[in-house]
Amino acid sequence: MEVRIALAQLAPHLGELDANLELVTARLAEATADGADIVVFPELALTGYLLQDLVPEVAIRADDPRLLGIGADAPDVMVAVGFVEETRTRRFCNSVALLRGGRLIGLHRKVYLPTYGLFDEGRFTRAGHQIRATEVGDPLHKVGLSVCEDFWHPFLPMLQVQDGALLLINVAAGPARAPGSAAGLAAIGGWHKMQETYALLGTVAIAFCNRVGNEEGLTFWGGSRLLGPDGSVLAEAPLYEEAMVMGVLETDDLRMQRYNLPVVGDERLELVRREVDRIIADRAGIAPPPDQASDGEGDAPAVPAARQPEREVEPA
Amino acid sequence: MNARPAPVELPPLPVIDPGTTADLIVAFIRSQMAQTGFARLVVALSGGVDSATVAFLATRAVGAENLLAVRLPYRASSADSETDALRVVQALGCPTGIVDITPMVDPLLALMGDAQEGDALDAAAQVRRGNVMARQRMIVLYDKSVEFDGLVAGTSNKSEALLGYGTQYGDMAAALMPIGDLYKTQLRAVAEHLGVPAEIVAKPPSADLWPGQTDEGELGRTYEDLDRTLFALVDRRWTVDRCVAAGLEADLVEWVAARVARMEYKRQMPPVAKISLRTPGIDHLYPRRRPGSRRAT
Repeated sequence: MEVRIALAQLAPHLGELDANLELVTARLAEATADGADIVVFPELALTGYLLQDLVPEVAIRADDPRLLGIGADAPDVMVAVGFVEETRTRRFCNSVALLRGGRLIGLHRKVYLPTYGLFDEGRFTRAGHQIRATEVGDPLHKVGLSVCEDFWHPFLPMLQVQDGALLLINVAAGPARAPGSAAGLAAIGGWHKMQETYALLGTVAIAFCNRVGNEEGLTFWGGSRLLGPDGSVLAEAPLYEEAMVMGVLETDDLRMQRYNLPVVGDERLELVRREVDRIIADRAGIAPPPDQASDGEGDAPAVPAARQPEREVEPA
Repeated sequence: MNARPAPVELPPLPVIDPGTTADLIVAFIRSQMAQTGFARLVVALSGGVDSATVAFLATRAVGAENLLAVRLPYRASSADSETDALRVVQALGCPTGIVDITPMVDPLLALMGDAQEGDALDAAAQVRRGNVMARQRMIVLYDKSVEFDGLVAGTSNKSEALLGYGTQYGDMAAALMPIGDLYKTQLRAVAEHLGVPAEIVAKPPSADLWPGQTDEGELGRTYEDLDRTLFALVDRRWTVDRCVAAGLEADLVEWVAARVARMEYKRQMPPVAKISLRTPGIDHLYPRRRPGSRRAT
């Protein structure tokens, strides 16, 4: 079965919610007219990126009618769009909504807020606390939503794959650094390698929509891509320019890829959990979980004292 | 066998693709125009490669008819500077104007009791004269910008900004800085790509504040050496020791590192004494261009 996925690589207006709602609505109409089943907009498409203290001025609730109205007239089309969310407890998050037919069917709050180098997100927005895949029904079953930097933490997409996602949607606002140099190409190349690796290891399709345009001195690089579950590129938008690209995901390919390369189904989450629990306990200096190290071949050899990892208590 | 071989290659110059870089700067200028509500730009054209490059970029961004190139000579300025500035105007076909700053600068210097031309000027007097000229040019340029209804496009480059080789509120004053993140050597590549006349790209950079002055003479180093060193220290975050081990001269690296640190004040807004709950620049933080900041049209 074919799923047509459109990537709306646009340049939002900084701080102008109404103008961006118009822009998103117009692009969405184009994409649905072209037969898109899923339309993906960039990170903070409704607000722009370098908001600083504008955050509370442009924040909306996830049940805001202006948000739910996006694509409400196209009941079969799924829309992923980034916005500043004000939660019920008045936290301000960099979120991505998944909408269908006027309903919010999925929501992800950016978990990893880059606050280093040219980024200062942790100063103005709060981190999300959940990594889930969203039920969307056949043929994709579940979709994993994430925002830009989230993808630099491989546990996140891989957890979403284990949670059942057949498609990962990453919305981004990636600023170009050293454009037109080897270093700049390497930075974009890093994103490419990452996407191809996740697609391959997760046998999962990936829709990456990165914005373009300028804010203050920043230039956002675009280059949105749709990848098949073998890491192949199904659609790709140009660098730096506004564009709408569409690619077709054939779910039969996904099915056979998962049969040929059944690594996702073979994952040993119980081992992952045990070792993660151990590492967490060790780092936090709390009592380790009961020793479950038996692998059925008798007791594991005792670890010499000198090799005990140092306890390093990290700040919360 | 134990002796470490001498490095055969110095740390590299920062190489860029001039075409992509020019495109991005043009997009940056257009975005600034859209966000501010301005359609025109003003640039002080000295005849040097920096201002010529900004003029070429500005023309691409807003069209020649929307760029005012202002020539601001002093009586001691080299005749070549004027010739080269006119070359740029001719190549672009943009409006231009000339204001001789001599009748503003000389009486001011006389009033301040500054040593006059012909006297042996000590270094401090040289700097004062240079600053007066740069600030006088700024006054004229900003006045022209109101008359022409344009934004002042700055012509400072990254090498100058890092070394603090510029006058605060003088040539460093601008509404936007198109080439502020380009090293001098990168800038030359962009200039060639844009078609800036070859004579201008090739000539020795000079602030042209007194006859025979050149940047490289005054700084005592070539821009190649400076950019190699700055790129290693700043962009790649190398230590002084590592730069020296890689073959750069210790004197050069130490001088550059010290100068970059000493000139930090020129690259930042002055610190504000924090008194209130919310202080501009400290915890009152907004993008420079935001809803409501665009001027009424």
